Amino acid sequence: MTRGRIRAKLQRSHLYSFSCLHPSNTEAERPNSVQGSRIVHCNQPHLHQKKPLKYCSNFISTTKYNVVTFLPKAIFEQFRRVANLYFLLAAALSLTAISPFSAVSMIAPLAFVVGLSMAKEALEDSRRFVQDMKVNRRKTSVHKGNGLFGYRPWHKIRVGDVLKVEKDQFFPADLLLLSSNYEDGICYVETMNLDGETNLKVKRCLEATLPLEDDEAFKDFAGIIRCEDPNPSLYTFVGNLEYDRQAFSLDPGQILLRDSKLRNTAYVYGVVIFTGHDSKVMQNATESPSKRSTIEKKMDYIIYVLFTLLVVISLISSIGFAVKTKYQVPDWWYLKPQNTDSLFNPGKPALSGFYHLITALILYGYLIPISLYVSIEVVKVLQATFINQDIHMYDEETGNPAQARTSNLNEELGQVDTILSDKTGTLTCNQMDFLKCSIAGTAYGVRSSEVELAAAKQMAIEEEVDLSSFPMHRDNQQSSRKNVGRVSEIELETVISYSNGTGQKPVIKGFSFDDGRLMNGNWLKEHNTDVHLLFFRILAICQTAIPEPNQETASFTYEAESPDEGAFLVAAREFGFEFCKRTQSSVFIRERYPNSKQPVEREYKLLNLLEFTSKRKRMSVIVQDEEGQILLLCKGADSIIFDRLSKNGRMYEAATTKHLTEYGEAGLRTLALAYRKLEESEYATWNNEFQKAKTCIGADREAMLERVAETMERELILVGATAVEDKLQKGVPQCIDKLAQAGLKIWVLTGDKMETAINIGFACSLLRQGMKQICIITTNSDTLAKDGKEAVKENILNQLTNASQMIKLEKDPHAAFALIIDGKTLTHALEDDMKHQFLGLAVDCASVICCRVSPKQKAMVTRLVKEGTGKTTLAIGDGANDVGMIQEADIGVGISGVEGMQAVMASDFSIAQFRFLERLLVVHGHWCYKRIAQMVCYFFYKNIAFGLTLFYFEAFAAFSGQSVYDDWYMLLFNVLLTSLPVISLGVFEQDVSSEVCLQFPALYQQGPRNLFFDWYRILGWMGNGLYSSLIIFFLNIIIFYDQAFRAGGQTADMAAVGTTMFTCIIWAVNCQIALTMSHFTWIQHLLVWGSIVTWYLFLLLYGMISPLISGNAYKLLVEALGPAPIYWAATLLVTIACNLPYFVHISFQRCFNPMDHHVIQEIKYYKRDVEDQHMWTRESSKARHDTKIGFTARVEAKIRQLRGRLQKKHSSSVAS
Amino acid sequence: MSTNTASSSSAAAGSADSSAPRRNSKRPKYSRFTQQELPACKPILTPKWVISAFLLVSVVFIPIGVASLFASRDVVEIVDRYETDCIPPPNRSDRNDKVKYIQSSGNKTCIRSLTVPKRMKHPIYVYYQLDNFYQNHRRYVKSRSDTQLKSNSSADDVSSCKPEDNADGRPIVPCGLIAWSLFNDTYNFSRNNQQLNVNKKHISWKSDRENKFGKDVYPTNFQNGTLKGGASLDPLIPLSEQEDLIVWMRTAALPTFRKLYGKIEVDLLENDTIQVILENNYNTYSFDGKKKLVLSTTSWLGGKNDFLGIAYLTVGGLCFVLALTFTVVYLVKPRRLGDPSYLSWNRNPGGR
Repeated sequence: MTRGRIRAKLQRSHLYSFSCLHPSNTEAERPNSVQGSRIVHCNQPHLHQKKPLKYCSNFISTTKYNVVTFLPKAIFEQFRRVANLYFLLAAALSLTAISPFSAVSMIAPLAFVVGLSMAKEALEDSRRFVQDMKVNRRKTSVHKGNGLFGYRPWHKIRVGDVLKVEKDQFFPADLLLLSSNYEDGICYVETMNLDGETNLKVKRCLEATLPLEDDEAFKDFAGIIRCEDPNPSLYTFVGNLEYDRQAFSLDPGQILLRDSKLRNTAYVYGVVIFTGHDSKVMQNATESPSKRSTIEKKMDYIIYVLFTLLVVISLISSIGFAVKTKYQVPDWWYLKPQNTDSLFNPGKPALSGFYHLITALILYGYLIPISLYVSIEVVKVLQATFINQDIHMYDEETGNPAQARTSNLNEELGQVDTILSDKTGTLTCNQMDFLKCSIAGTAYGVRSSEVELAAAKQMAIEEEVDLSSFPMHRDNQQSSRKNVGRVSEIELETVISYSNGTGQKPVIKGFSFDDGRLMNGNWLKEHNTDVHLLFFRILAICQTAIPEPNQETASFTYEAESPDEGAFLVAAREFGFEFCKRTQSSVFIRERYPNSKQPVEREYKLLNLLEFTSKRKRMSVIVQDEEGQILLLCKGADSIIFDRLSKNGRMYEAATTKHLTEYGEAGLRTLALAYRKLEESEYATWNNEFQKAKTCIGADREAMLERVAETMERELILVGATAVEDKLQKGVPQCIDKLAQAGLKIWVLTGDKMETAINIGFACSLLRQGMKQICIITTNSDTLAKDGKEAVKENILNQLTNASQMIKLEKDPHAAFALIIDGKTLTHALEDDMKHQFLGLAVDCASVICCRVSPKQKAMVTRLVKEGTGKTTLAIGDGANDVGMIQEADIGVGISGVEGMQAVMASDFSIAQFRFLERLLVVHGHWCYKRIAQMVCYFFYKNIAFGLTLFYFEAFAAFSGQSVYDDWYMLLFNVLLTSLPVISLGVFEQDVSSEVCLQFPALYQQGPRNLFFDWYRILGWMGNGLYSSLIIFFLNIIIFYDQAFRAGGQTADMAAVGTTMFTCIIWAVNCQIALTMSHFTWIQHLLVWGSIVTWYLFLLLYGMISPLISGNAYKLLVEALGPAPIYWAATLLVTIACNLPYFVHISFQRCFNPMDHHVIQEIKYYKRDVEDQHMWTRESSKARHDTKIGFTARVEAKIRQLRGRLQKKHSSSVAS
Repeated sequence: MSTNTASSSSAAAGSADSSAPRRNSKRPKYSRFTQQELPACKPILTPKWVISAFLLVSVVFIPIGVASLFASRDVVEIVDRYETDCIPPPNRSDRNDKVKYIQSSGNKTCIRSLTVPKRMKHPIYVYYQLDNFYQNHRRYVKSRSDTQLKSNSSADDVSSCKPEDNADGRPIVPCGLIAWSLFNDTYNFSRNNQQLNVNKKHISWKSDRENKFGKDVYPTNFQNGTLKGGASLDPLIPLSEQEDLIVWMRTAALPTFRKLYGKIEVDLLENDTIQVILENNYNTYSFDGKKKLVLSTTSWLGGKNDFLGIAYLTVGGLCFVLALTFTVVYLVKPRRLGDPSYLSWNRNPGGR
């Protein structure tokens, strides 16, 4: 449908591809020498059905398991955990007589743990499977022979198939472009999913295949492609097409990659070269690693410690047993030592000892809590539910809540040190808004950018803190909003008018400009009307977009290569210069003046177009208007344009420069506009030269063209400058500010151009004026080929060392550095011999921005940070190009926005907006970290306290492997009696409320500094467990030693002693957890005290069932222990004695060395935050980490600067 | 391995259907629970709390300690160790002799006399105490059959009783090492040549007699094996009435243990001399075990047990000292609660 229209509009479309800068393809077709061995028979897919030409199918599978391999593979995965293997062994042995316990009590928990984990795996994998199936079943149009095309699902596409892909469809495989609906065989491709770039890219087919322009033509089409083997490099391709008995060389310009999207083009024909996992994008995919949190890794070490302890005490036991068996047992006639089996053979003490070692390993297995894994798993799932349910992380616009996709990493969120962020779609919306402009030295545009607004807010807060006269509300923003007016007092040279939301006018996408002086034709009343006119015309003409009429609004929308060009055109339209039509040689502008109702349509003949490249940093058009005047219209980076101004063109330079600095400061993206009037003759001579350069063949053609263009783009006259806002996502600057204050480092990794990236750096306050920017770039791309890699590397290394030196020598404490590096340089910097220098430099810089990086490089940078610093990294991104880094980072966060699901699918957490990251980390991360840390510590305490009593008892039972407790007590200990309080600790504990977490970002640092899970703390808890076990065991043993334990004269048997001891344990550990908690809702109360009650209930019920099951526990509580005061007395004594040291410790610590959250708890407890709001706000502002980025830092820098100026003024006035 | 290709389509699809109808279905429902805003009490350890907690503990513990010490002091205990004295001097020289003596079939009566140090109110409990006897050995503990003890019908359920399960091919009732090694010393008491009755009824737990040891289960084939262990049982008395066995079958937790032998239901006066006619049958000589005869009264707390009182006093005293320490410390170096100057950023500015 679009085809007809576009075709009608354009006879030849070579303009769009700027063929004026390219040689026509016919000339330079010398076949490449191809190293690869891949041979593709075009249009003959049947040839690829058997070896050696059989290539992999287009079926993709990203799952870990399939139906057959699931069980063995998943089980294998499970038992790779050392602990699980140990439990498996124990369970297997429990079937034999060696085990001290019944088999069920060993197998049931293991089956539960493993089953649970496997179910989780299966669920996650099935999601991936469904996703894969959705992709594989997508349909595309395939040539089925005889010039007929029909739809076929993606997974049935084979190498050699000819496909017809339509507008806005994804390419199902890597294709060789044969032809498109455009006559010169070009098409536009969006590669956002590959590299995150939002610019459309132009692909162009070979001249030879141009005639293949309709379905019929493929009837007899045949050709052979010889090309490289599958590889992950997105930007290279080497191959030849043999067609019509001729060989044509192929380059990346003809290759359409899987997962990129056809745009602005009705359809293309292409032949499949790489399918499925051979395709470049799949080659780029890195295997998703299974991630484990730092705490969990450390937990492994604790497990090893405990395992060592276990082995040691088991060895002691078994040696003791062997010795006893050898030397004493023969005398113990009551054991009938003469009538024995191998488990107990005084004749073979070594063998018996060995068997006993196994028994002991199982018996003391309580030291290694199997239930820990279950509990952690349960706790994490519940924590994840809370994250999913958090209404403050729900995005109303997209309807997406936050989602914890893997629950493994909750606590890791509380320990993040470095955030690596994608730009487009994550920090920015990828939407440009025309916001301000400076024409003829006058600044227009009253609306302020988001950064300015945010900065204003922040300053209001600052000021409030200083003045302390304003009541502080819970919500910072509310109160600050009121005080925005005060900001003018601080001389931030910006105009701030806080317009609440969208307000009066309908929002025009790409246009946020507001200034009565220019709108509605009012510009005619300004001075320099002709300059204004020129300004608008440059906006409308100097571009490469295609207009598309919009039926609804009767105006035009524009398909532009880059969003800022779109914004310019929209702006021009709104100013009354509507770009309405483009032909091959002309641009038509509908100009509207307020004095005439009817717009005038003017034609500008397009003579030449000098394309934008990142090296040139400018683009120009040479047009001839209706009066025959030839004009060169140029837009480009300010520095470039200013260099090329003519003497009389510098009229507005000073004013414009000032404005540009302001715009830059405000985080806007600026371009300067200029023009030059050309004489006919002058143009003609230049054009001759230009045409000559164009037609010349050879390696230096590009350079020549550039040189020729350069000669024209000089003697310019400055018209003005534009400022476009790369619209940040909501709340991004605030979030970055908060994160920086919480002590997090933020790196931006983007596929975008360096300029764009720097602008965004300014916009979100990662960069600011006055920051020293260190740009590491490969100096000259031309020398690259000649001098070879070594020279380049040396050059980079030099830059790195110089920069490091500079930082070292810097004396100003407020100096901040920013490192900006581009992808090409990064390839070298990431090599083994240089990466440490690079990392060292990067760590010293306040912000780091890497631009033009490929997905793979993003992952490599992430790995470098992760491994180089040893700290926790978090990667956040939204597109498929971020998948690598998301998977590589310790935590991957995906933005579940609009840009596809790949990032989300690969991520560990998904949030709808970047700003939710703050809450995710500072609130949930902080809580989860503390919860898990405390929980794990407590778990070890509890199991040591319990497990060691078993060991002590062995010493009194001739190391025979007898336990003093009933089997059921032991089973229930971890399952029922002590597990729920721990889970409640892990799920509900809050040291401070979420608001306080957000107000005191410094609290977050407790996580990265790992205050709650360091070895001191762990060993402290273990020591506490050891102490408790000693107290529990020996107090009980001495109390129940030999005398009657009640008035009735009966002495205590093993059941009575064991039960009392166990009662003490239950009390001690549950009181301990109550002491550990600081936050009791009814749930905690219920679970902690309920556990104790449950124990008595259990004892009661267990005593009531048949004595055949309960054995010596039969009616124990009712008959023997309940009426015995000594039972209760012992419980009380032991419980208090066990908890006394910990209680003293925490009282002491709180008294002399309170931690931050202790003090804040106290302030909250005494409501002193309400009484003394001044103190509260002052402290919360002090709680911020010293930062060099974020707008707070920016405001501070500004204030410092102003102060410095004042001082200077002051001193100079004194001097005079 | 979730890769780049995972879903290219949802981009297009997602933006299309993210509009109105489905929008709110994913919205988390608000509740105080899901938002983690449940009302909670957040106790903090203020000095007041700390000191009162310590004081409370000491206030509760010290009286309990005193009371239990008093109770323990009231208990009168006579312990008589007799395993060596009851062997004729010629046989005492070494262990083999002792074992030979105890395994011989001769008369092993031994007469002991005890002096009552203090008036003992009835009931006076008579215990035997064994030492170095591992009733808690796993092999020993396991060697019993509760089903067999409980009912007549499962007399041959002896699988768990090894190695004392069958004799002459017939199951032993009661089977197992525990029953087999039943203690068989006997004591007869007389005061001033007047027989002191030892009441052996109700020395075991009521529940054991009624529910664990069957009224219809009679000892059969007991102590008929080649090796005789300890006491024999009267095959005419059901197990539920064999209280010595019932007491013995409750295995002790420690290698030193006392077991109730019987009760003397009369008061003994200070300086009374009690004659014990003792049948020294039980072999503890093989493993150098001590044997003791214990006569003891009880208090509400049980037997003589100073430790509990001391422990209570210690903990109580310690808490009192701690309460004092903390009071002093708080007085000397008070910290205003919630004093922001203790926040880390105020304490070491810059040094974070």
